[in-house]
Amino acid sequence: MKRFVALSLFATFTAYSMYVYTAGTQMPQPVAFDDKVSAGQQLFQENNCIACHQFYGLGGYMGPDLTNVISATGKGPLYARAFIKNGTVKMPNFHLTDEQTDAVIAFLTYVDAAGKYPTENYRIRWYGTVEGRQ
Amino acid sequence: MSDAGDNDNIGLWFILLGLLALGGGLVFGTIGAFQFLYPGFLEQVPFFKSRPLHVSLVVSWIFLAAVGGIYYYLPRHCGLKLFSGKLARLHFWLFLITGLAILSSYFAGRFGGREYWEFPAVLSIPIFVSWILFGINYFRTVARKRDAWPVYLWMWGTGCIFFLLTFSEAYLWLFPYFRETFVREITVQWKAYGALVGSWNMLSYGTAIFVMSRVSGDDKPARSRLAFALYLLGFTNLLFGWSHHLYPIPNAPLIRNIGYIVSMSELILLGKIIWDWRRTLSTHQKYRHQHAYRFLAASEWWIFLNLILALIISVPAANLITHGTHITVAHSMGSTIGINTMILLASVFCIIEDRVGIPLPASHAVPVRAGYWLGNGALLVFFAALIAAGLARGTYSGASFQEMMALIRPYLLVFLVSGVGLATGLLLILAPGIRLIYTLAFPDTRLVTAAGSVR
Repeated sequence: MKRFVALSLFATFTAYSMYVYTAGTQMPQPVAFDDKVSAGQQLFQENNCIACHQFYGLGGYMGPDLTNVISATGKGPLYARAFIKNGTVKMPNFHLTDEQTDAVIAFLTYVDAAGKYPTENYRIRWYGTVEGRQ
Repeated sequence: MSDAGDNDNIGLWFILLGLLALGGGLVFGTIGAFQFLYPGFLEQVPFFKSRPLHVSLVVSWIFLAAVGGIYYYLPRHCGLKLFSGKLARLHFWLFLITGLAILSSYFAGRFGGREYWEFPAVLSIPIFVSWILFGINYFRTVARKRDAWPVYLWMWGTGCIFFLLTFSEAYLWLFPYFRETFVREITVQWKAYGALVGSWNMLSYGTAIFVMSRVSGDDKPARSRLAFALYLLGFTNLLFGWSHHLYPIPNAPLIRNIGYIVSMSELILLGKIIWDWRRTLSTHQKYRHQHAYRFLAASEWWIFLNLILALIISVPAANLITHGTHITVAHSMGSTIGINTMILLASVFCIIEDRVGIPLPASHAVPVRAGYWLGNGALLVFFAALIAAGLARGTYSGASFQEMMALIRPYLLVFLVSGVGLATGLLLILAPGIRLIYTLAFPDTRLVTAAGSVR
């Protein structure tokens, strides 16, 4: 009986994982993942940017969330470039070349186009769910 | 391949390495906390290095202490000779060498840059292999048990299998199919991490049930229907509860709703803790002289507090405020220190008290008792400061990150001071713990003679 219950749960988990890997996350991707974006993602990871920054509120807390740094009012590619090229009191200057900086900005643009964070224009239901997320 | 199966020293080696990893994790955590408030502090090890050093060492502590306990308890207390002592030793050396390579990569500034697993991806291969070795040894050992398994054997096996599954899943981003759609990539990444935490919880909660059986001398609760019902509840949360971390990500609403419903099933656990309160207090009176029991009792308090916080942040409406704030950090610190570390220290002192005797000599018992109260008291303040900082951040309506950070600075100062107290408390416990486990693992050194005879 115990084995049956455990195996049933595992089978459900496998089916659910397949859904998460496919239809559950098949969202429009307005900016294509090209070689430049890929190079930017690699640089983002090699410099361990996630130790301080977040996407969708997930990551480190030393620096700001970067999900929409490219499209946010008062920010944008030039704003991001200034920080990447020069660093701040808290953020090291990683001495990236112009080409590398362009790649990181291309990666941030790709992330930005995928969605909005924090959630905007939502309705809260009495049972605690949040609907109409954008 | 069945050799040296009754050699339980390998378990002590793992535990000793785990205690040293915890010590290192505390040092780098303290450095990181200072850097959070004073960015120029110790520039030789900047925050983007001290944070992964802290995280990897503390995660290693959890795995090493849990696995070490399993290697120790199976032959000595479960009557199950290890399938292969050689395999266990190979596991140890592979883990140690890989760990040193990971620490070196951080110091050298070479990162893989993924949350939790911030080392270069190639180093995940020996970690994966080391868990395969552990899995073979564990399942070949427990397969010899002819009667029904107590719940902790199920939990340890589940922890091992799901570590392998979720650790592999965390690297799916290496395949272009996953990497090239950002919503998919981040959803699968955090799905893996959520379930991975569930897998180490299985290892440590199984250890808690085992230690409680040893302390009370009664194995029946570990075989009861209730124990198995709670195991299934935990298992269901491991499988489906992870998406409460992902509410803001624009994936399918079904994923978020499943996470919400499954997370709320933990209300059953909260109800059980409250229901058992009176019995818990009387048990505490009975076993309060044993350090192992005291650490278990502390973990129960932390389960209670952390469960309340987990339930609140799993409600999507509340999560709008708490997500991406220091409340999430409070939750993870409450889990890894308050619950997992207390349980694993209970396991360490269960072994020590079993071999050295109760009560421990004052030279060991006094710092452990002082560290216990200082550590838990400081953790409570630390936990509260993070919640306060998170609330201030979550309700901040401006657009300036610097302004928000200035707003929460007073709470972060409390976090820093209490963090130093927490690290001091845990180091007070670690010092005698390391000394005693070292002497048990290497009896020829005779460091323990002042403490009593080693059985």
